[in-house]
Amino acid sequence: MTTLRKAYEQSYYPPIPTKLTKRFRTNLIWQFIRFVVINIKMLRMVRKH
Amino acid sequence: MAKLLILGGGISGHTAALHARSLLGHQHEVVVVTPNSKWNWIPSNIWVGIGLMNQEQVTFDLGPVYKKKGITYIQAKAVSIHPEGSQDNSSPFVSVSHTSPTKIGENEEINYDYLINATGPKLKFEATKGLGPEHNSLSVCTYGHATETSAHLDEAVARMKKGEKQKILIGTGHGTCTCQGAAFEYLFNTEFELRKRGVRDKAEITWISNEQELGDFGVGGMHIKRGGYITHSRIFTESLFTERGIKWITQAHVSEVEKNQISYEQINGTEGNEAFDFAMLLPPFSGVGMKAFNKTGEDITSILFAANGFMIVDADYTPKNYEDWSAEDWPSTYQNPTYKNIFAVGIAFAPPHPISQPKKSVKGTPIFPTPPRTGMPSGVMARIVAYNIADMIKGKESEPKRKASMAKMGAACIASAGANFFNGTAVSLTMYPIIPDFHRFPETGRDLNYTSGEIGLAGHWIKHLLHHAFIYKAKANPFWKVVPE
Ligand SMILES: Cc1cc2nc3c(=O)[nH]c(=O)nc-3n(C[C@H](O)[C@H](O)[C@H](O)COP(=O)(O)OP(=O)(O)OC[C@H]3O[C@@H](n4cnc5c(N)ncnc54)[C@H](O)[C@@H]3O)c2cc1C
Repeated sequence: MTTLRKAYEQSYYPPIPTKLTKRFRTNLIWQFIRFVVINIKMLRMVRKH
Repeated sequence: MAKLLILGGGISGHTAALHARSLLGHQHEVVVVTPNSKWNWIPSNIWVGIGLMNQEQVTFDLGPVYKKKGITYIQAKAVSIHPEGSQDNSSPFVSVSHTSPTKIGENEEINYDYLINATGPKLKFEATKGLGPEHNSLSVCTYGHATETSAHLDEAVARMKKGEKQKILIGTGHGTCTCQGAAFEYLFNTEFELRKRGVRDKAEITWISNEQELGDFGVGGMHIKRGGYITHSRIFTESLFTERGIKWITQAHVSEVEKNQISYEQINGTEGNEAFDFAMLLPPFSGVGMKAFNKTGEDITSILFAANGFMIVDADYTPKNYEDWSAEDWPSTYQNPTYKNIFAVGIAFAPPHPISQPKKSVKGTPIFPTPPRTGMPSGVMARIVAYNIADMIKGKESEPKRKASMAKMGAACIASAGANFFNGTAVSLTMYPIIPDFHRFPETGRDLNYTSGEIGLAGHWIKHLLHHAFIYKAKANPFWKVVPE
């Protein structure tokens, strides 16, 4: 989808994820760890109130 | 015996009703007046809008839940508040108009000792010519709208399958819209769905928004720590858009929606048109338009409500420049300063000012997001108000003691970016506080230890879990209180 060939258009500047970053987003083991971490973060937020 | 009347059986009103009922003995009455017989988990309307869920999966009948809990349920719409009563009725009361099929159109006066206004927003489609499902664009704000939108999406996909190109336009339909997060979720879910249905290459997808920049979300955006930098959400959001090949138009006020084209104006004065085959554009919100009258029948609507129709509470409404805004401007007890037995929670309370910096176009058109009041803070303030009222009814306190200011409250927000158990994703955001406080956190206005954001499959799992957890809680099933707001 992404092409960096269109110089100076809006899509030219933002960072785009590498293949590895993308793979980690749906890697089951890594995402299970993130699931636990995000839940802890959310609970900390709830408890902060 | 005291009577607590709650107007609105949505996310905040229903939360307040369940807590109040569990805190008050049965000598006290809890009454809910709401026009719709169904409770709706609104965040999942996004999934209805792309055809992944149907109406039944995001709603349930309120009647049986209220019967089970001993809450009096009146299917009606509040029309006016009479906080001093009237010549014929010495008690404060609310005039309602019934909406159930058996009593439709009948009027009734309902007395109260304490009142919570949780009527949420009026979807003000009329603010933009041609906006809304009755005219030329679609919406996902109600489950009905979302169902209709899903059918239109199916038609667009069918055309793409035949080889036709389709222009998809998603975003905000007016310069003063809020709830950008919801439109963002619909945008990303649509893009994901088009990929799933094998027609992504036939779709040109454009986002249009009144945000100053991508990633503002009506809260001025947020900064997070990542890769050795403190980075603004704009960078991440632009990255997500670019990765998906979505074009964006920001700082835009949509001035008209025609059959297959919108006209818009931007802050710098640019005027433009954008053609579309499928457009889902959110409306701006206002209060639901209730009136208020004193004992002699004089109109006191401006004492109870701000000009935008939202209810005046314990906020500092003094007009101030952006530089002078303070976290202390935001309300903490949601009590009306004139009538101390009236409270407003969720979207129904009048914010003191926006969170994002207000901007006007060169022509003077206001173009900036108005402040969002998402599910979590709406639920928290509803719970706190229910506890405060219960304390006052039981004579434990003479005034509300518990506080829930959005300037001292955090929020967790999971924005779906594609629904699938193995390759779906969602953006998981936490921020503290919701209202930036540059006095306590001079650098970015927020505590960077509690403000975070990431995208991944874990977010989707959480979003799915929350769908079931919140519906379980709202049905007041066993241990419902364990699920936090
Ligand atoms: C499409 C969409 C997606 C969203 N996604 C998220 C999300 O992922 N996370 C999140 O935190 N928030 C989300 N939100 C925001 C969230 O839905 C709101 O914060 C929340 O619904 C506000 O609760 P409320 O009780 O103030 O209003 P509502 O939930 O809208 O409830 C208002 C109630 O009042 C009733 N009412 C209206 N007029 C009257 C009247 N005159 N008399 C009596 N009753 C009346 C209405 O029928 C309704 O039942 C989303 C919003 C939308 C539109």
